[in-house]
Amino acid sequence: MRRSVSIAGLAAALVLGTLGLGTGQKSYVARAQEKMSMMEVKIDNFTFGPATLTVPVGTTVTWINKDDIPHTVVSTDDSKTIKSKVLDTDEKFSLTFSKTGTYPYFCSIHPKMTGKVIVQ
Amino acid sequence: MSEKKKDELLHDHNRDGVDRRGFLKCMAWAGTGAFCVMKGGVLNSYGLSRISEISTADMTGELSFVQISDSHMGFNKPANPDVAGTLKAAVDKINGLTAAPAFMLHTGDISHLSKPEEFDTVDQILKSAKPKDVFYVPGEHDVLNDEGKQFLERYGKGSKGGGWYSFDKKGTHFMGLVNVMNLKAGGLGTLGHEQLEWIEDDVKHLKHSTPIVVFAHIPLWSVYPEWGWGTEDSAQALAYLKKFGSVTVLNGHIHQTMQKVEGNVTFHTAASTAFPQPAPGKADSPGPMKVPAEQLKSVLGITDVNYVQGQHALAVVDSTLA
Repeated sequence: MRRSVSIAGLAAALVLGTLGLGTGQKSYVARAQEKMSMMEVKIDNFTFGPATLTVPVGTTVTWINKDDIPHTVVSTDDSKTIKSKVLDTDEKFSLTFSKTGTYPYFCSIHPKMTGKVIVQ
Repeated sequence: MSEKKKDELLHDHNRDGVDRRGFLKCMAWAGTGAFCVMKGGVLNSYGLSRISEISTADMTGELSFVQISDSHMGFNKPANPDVAGTLKAAVDKINGLTAAPAFMLHTGDISHLSKPEEFDTVDQILKSAKPKDVFYVPGEHDVLNDEGKQFLERYGKGSKGGGWYSFDKKGTHFMGLVNVMNLKAGGLGTLGHEQLEWIEDDVKHLKHSTPIVVFAHIPLWSVYPEWGWGTEDSAQALAYLKKFGSVTVLNGHIHQTMQKVEGNVTFHTAASTAFPQPAPGKADSPGPMKVPAEQLKSVLGITDVNYVQGQHALAVVDSTLA
């Protein structure tokens, strides 16, 4: 009797454990995927999306222009860290952020468009 | 007492040479193709279809020029896959005007991506226009990548600083301003300290009766700040022009015609020869607006300006390409 209970208990624990492991794995992958997609900033409708992007040090951020009008990505402050050439539709600009800090930027053609990258 | 003609608008009651309501009414008609001429303090309007009936004497002012804007040579998206074709249509329209304009003003965004071949193509197309002199001011699309160096080399001879300049034609003083350089994040168009000082100095010795025409790319009045449609420091510039009896401000950038009268200043924006943009707030963003192909030419256009000596306001007429 005790043995079957303990086997049942073990089986239950195994199942639960597997489930837990499975769930744990999924959320890890999901989180990793989320991180990948958030390293991209989409430019569309005169807007940077997301407007604020928080990334860990060493991340490469890619801006992609999905608008039907050209845009640029340029540092707002004197740091001049970010300075893309003019991006026409479907053109991209990538930059790797190796130092922590807040990097505000804007489109130098349409200055009302602003955004920032926070590197932690 | 002469019989009042059917098309005659409100008479000048204040004896200041311009009846504001009449002028504004005429401006509204101008959008559908009316021709307004100031003669003896009275604003007369004629439908464009009746233009052939009017005598040249009645129609011609002493100064006549055309404004075109936003040719965006190099743009090739669905809103207009053939901007060279529509620019050519604009030139045909100009060449078809009864009173041949003496020269042309291009209020910027000549090119779409500041590429040399784009500027070359526009120069080529404009060569076939009857008015041979063209005066340019840059749009933000003309000063990409090189802080305006290429634009200045091509069109900036005799200009000061970032490319501003002035010239006189038949007693009217023209001022080409640059408000698309050194734009600040979150901001609007900007003239800058150096240019403002030049404006003050440039008009210092002019008689108050001198008609002034200011032309710049981004509107010098607050059309719609949310979309960047305005100039941060234009109030200062306009303050220097306050003493003049007639100031006409011609702008582009918004790809639609709009007008406003404020005291002695008439503000006017031109249509683009490339593609239209939505009316303020009527879309998510101010990008190119697609219209059915057969309607495209009816939302693109040119602006014809006539001045009759002794009268205040310039007669400004917009006509579409179709």
